Amino acid sequence: MSATDSAAAPANYASAPFEPKVIASEGIKPDEYDAICDRLGRHPNRAELGMFGVMWSEHCCYKNSRPLLSQFPTTGKRVLVGPGENAGVVDFGEGLRLAFKVESHNHPSAVEPFQGAATGVGGILRDIFTMGARPLAVLNSLRFGDLEDAKTRRLFEGVVSGISHYGNCVGVPTVGGEVYFDKAYSGNPLVNAMAIGLMETDDIVKAGASGIGNPVLYVGSTTGRDGMGGASFASAELTDESMDDRPAVQVGDPFLEKSLIEACLEAFKTGAVVAAQDMGAAGLTCSTSEMAFSGGVGVELDLDLIPEREAGMVPYEYLLSESQERMLFVAEKGREQELIDIFHRWELQAVVAGQVIEEPIVRILFEGEVAAEVSASALADNTPIYKRELPDEPPAYAQAAWKWSEADLPGATESGVAGKSWNELLNTLLDTPTIASKRWVYRQYDHQVQNNTVFMPGGADAAVVRLRPVNNPDVNSQRGVAATLDCNPRYVYLHPYEGAKMAVAEAARNLSCVGAEPVAVTDNLNFGSPEKSIGYWQLAEACRGLSEACREFDTPVTGGNVSLYNETLDSDGKPQPIWPTPVVGMVGLIEDLGHIASQGWKNEGDAIYLLGAASNDSSGGVTLGASEYLASVHDTVAGMPPIVDFALEAKVQKACRDGIAQGLVASAHDCAEGGLAVALAESCIAGEKGAEIQLDGAGVRGDRLLFAEGGARIIISVAAENIAAWEAHLNGTLAGNWQKLGQVKGDRLTITAVQTTAAQPMIDSSVAEMAGTWGNAIERRLG
Amino acid sequence: MQGIASIDRQKHQQGISMKFGIIVFPGSNCDRDMQWVAQGILKQPTRMVWHEDSDLSDIDIVVVPGGFSYGDYLRCGAIARFSPAMKSTVEHAKASKPVLGICNGFQILTEAGLLPGALVRNANLHFVCDRVPLTVERNDLIWTKNYSQGQTITIPVAHGEGRYHADDDQLKRLEDNNQVVFRYSKGENGDSANPNGSCNDIAGICNEQGNVMGMMPHPERASDAVTGSTDGLALFEGLVKTLVAA
Repeated sequence: MSATDSAAAPANYASAPFEPKVIASEGIKPDEYDAICDRLGRHPNRAELGMFGVMWSEHCCYKNSRPLLSQFPTTGKRVLVGPGENAGVVDFGEGLRLAFKVESHNHPSAVEPFQGAATGVGGILRDIFTMGARPLAVLNSLRFGDLEDAKTRRLFEGVVSGISHYGNCVGVPTVGGEVYFDKAYSGNPLVNAMAIGLMETDDIVKAGASGIGNPVLYVGSTTGRDGMGGASFASAELTDESMDDRPAVQVGDPFLEKSLIEACLEAFKTGAVVAAQDMGAAGLTCSTSEMAFSGGVGVELDLDLIPEREAGMVPYEYLLSESQERMLFVAEKGREQELIDIFHRWELQAVVAGQVIEEPIVRILFEGEVAAEVSASALADNTPIYKRELPDEPPAYAQAAWKWSEADLPGATESGVAGKSWNELLNTLLDTPTIASKRWVYRQYDHQVQNNTVFMPGGADAAVVRLRPVNNPDVNSQRGVAATLDCNPRYVYLHPYEGAKMAVAEAARNLSCVGAEPVAVTDNLNFGSPEKSIGYWQLAEACRGLSEACREFDTPVTGGNVSLYNETLDSDGKPQPIWPTPVVGMVGLIEDLGHIASQGWKNEGDAIYLLGAASNDSSGGVTLGASEYLASVHDTVAGMPPIVDFALEAKVQKACRDGIAQGLVASAHDCAEGGLAVALAESCIAGEKGAEIQLDGAGVRGDRLLFAEGGARIIISVAAENIAAWEAHLNGTLAGNWQKLGQVKGDRLTITAVQTTAAQPMIDSSVAEMAGTWGNAIERRLG
Repeated sequence: MQGIASIDRQKHQQGISMKFGIIVFPGSNCDRDMQWVAQGILKQPTRMVWHEDSDLSDIDIVVVPGGFSYGDYLRCGAIARFSPAMKSTVEHAKASKPVLGICNGFQILTEAGLLPGALVRNANLHFVCDRVPLTVERNDLIWTKNYSQGQTITIPVAHGEGRYHADDDQLKRLEDNNQVVFRYSKGENGDSANPNGSCNDIAGICNEQGNVMGMMPHPERASDAVTGSTDGLALFEGLVKTLVAA
């Protein structure tokens, strides 16, 4: 049913034993209050009201996004566990099973960047090891405002140190991701963390409770008042008063989490654990109700048995606490002590705090009385759903932006645009924090621990990690996982459907550039308020694009996270939404780590190729619309973003992967923000070598030739002895969609348009100088 | 090898192997990385030694691995030194048997008094994870037999508190006794690769006898070609070869 169906004033709300502001403070709307009463057959008490508040928040029940998420493809030949569990699990062959998921911690990071980001990492790791998988890598997708702004610098530095603090101590390498800067994220940074784990237990551990009379174990840390109501907090707009919500931000203890990982995996291997659920958002409330609902049983929990951090807590506080590093287990009756001993050995809490009951309810006991009793379904499944209608036509901002055309730019000459030379323009782009090296960030992350990290962060288009079972030193593996997080939110803002498709296409392209076959997706939908027409249009259109693209690339969605209401109120009290940002986390399979590729040139004399749309393409697949160039140089956010050509993407990506598998490819790098010229410069910088490039610029403006984006393009370098085989491979698979651009040479990047009459190449730039600009852009702004 | 006790010679003449013991504290996180190198790559018998275990009698080489023992909330290594396994490690060292501390292990060895000086917060206050060039200062130790003196090797670092500090007298004694084993290298332009502000560019030191070594860089992370470098494997290979031959 829909809670908004009733047009009349909700009757129960009017007679509620709570002040309206108390109900509102739980994030519950008047109609929803009546829906709660319908399900209970009475008014809720204070603790129950709090439980409904968190469980019916967008963060927990997806009331605004569920109808849209249902269109995602979620099954496939490698999918072992799809959405609905703590994480998705995919089959990577040779007995290797991979759990992975992305989750956001945007709102906490906005008010307390260090702990907000740290506990974001802690939370996503728990989702992985709850399944019985040992976390082997973390990636992050981070978005901030303009680095020129002191507040943004504080948020940026805080988030990076929080991730560093937690990830380094817990001993899981942070191997990659993305960092993006735009003033659209000034007051509302995005912190999305993705974790990947390798299954260590024979059976995948699931959340559904079973076995009437089985004991419910509480393990891990103690329960305190920290993080009260974090899920509701995360489902509302940020205001100046949000700073007062800092108690809603949890405090993490990575040392405890490290011990919890070891103890949980040890416990699962005993076979005495029937089900497990981590306590993240909505703590005890969420874990008890989801375990009960998934298992079709009930859970009775006695709060007097819960290890507490502070005295005098009331049921409401126990139930809504988001204290970190806690888990709930259902154990086999009679074997609870065996499990408790393991946790005590790791100096962790472990107590029997309840039991599985037949009646499908969550019953909470406190001081000998029933403190709350709610149907599990009402909390975890039979929750409100809001179906909204798309506006009749795209919003005015988008229609206006689509009218932009190249003709709106100042004229281009052979030497540059608006008095700036091509060299200067390339430098401007390399100095853009979004494009520039993220070394300042990843140098603070332990990206090597566990001894499986194949590429340094930034060295290749995707992170590559060997899939060696860490707990078994007698087994090695030649298999690897490639992983990436991608989203160009400017594309999505300007055209949510095309932009979302491109996020999937780019993720798949990045995996293909290291030689990995794209397998599956976890997505993090970061949007503004769906209650507004524009916000809903962005969300719905992006979901449509994601669904279509995931089908096209045969990369099912196995789970993810929805973060709505990413808005800040400006000084006039007007909500300013972020750019719609559907972050795509994708994992890919590498069957042989002996055949992979990174992005830097390898040897002098290697030939350089461009796969994908031609450098002088004018079909619309390659465009300056929505480009970084347009935004950074011309301060213009407009135009149609590049349109994804699925057939071309698939052909190009396969040609790249197959070339790498055949050992023909020396380096591979896709063209993304900044277009062809920036991609060539990055391959020069990474390889510490120059290149001599000729481009066919017939009929195309110089800036489009150099800086246009899109077109499914990948730059490949090939050693001289492989040229014949490589070109034969391309002629067989990609005829008409590849060209030779030049060769790796010297210590300068030169780019010449073949039609030019100018005396100088368009670009003639020292690799060392470009490396300096690109390498120091972020550090320089931090001062 | 001067000062290094021969360890069950007969066993090693027959089996040609050295048994590694890797101390595991709550919060250790490079213990399995070390195990992979000792057992997985070098095929040496290896035992994970729980911090509450005080029996090291079967162990030839004790490794105190990297990580955040007990969370390192007080001071790195300050609590770990009191564990039963560390008390036995001190005995192991006093019996002239080899003890290696890597990263957090180095910090623990200084806290336990097996090595002089202290490791303090990096000069720039940030955690640093990178691959840095080191100069091998001496190759007459069990640890460095496979290197040549003055050789530059590239080894990963990953630490927040890796700035080696000692007072002037102590530094002088270290230098006079030739106890600096690895130093962060100076590049062609004279810039040091020192990532943390360590005194005298010190990356690793040994005790006077040479059987105890501590280093902030992680040789076990440079022992497997697939992760990019094997410059660190030579340390372990040389160690096993030298001890077996002793």
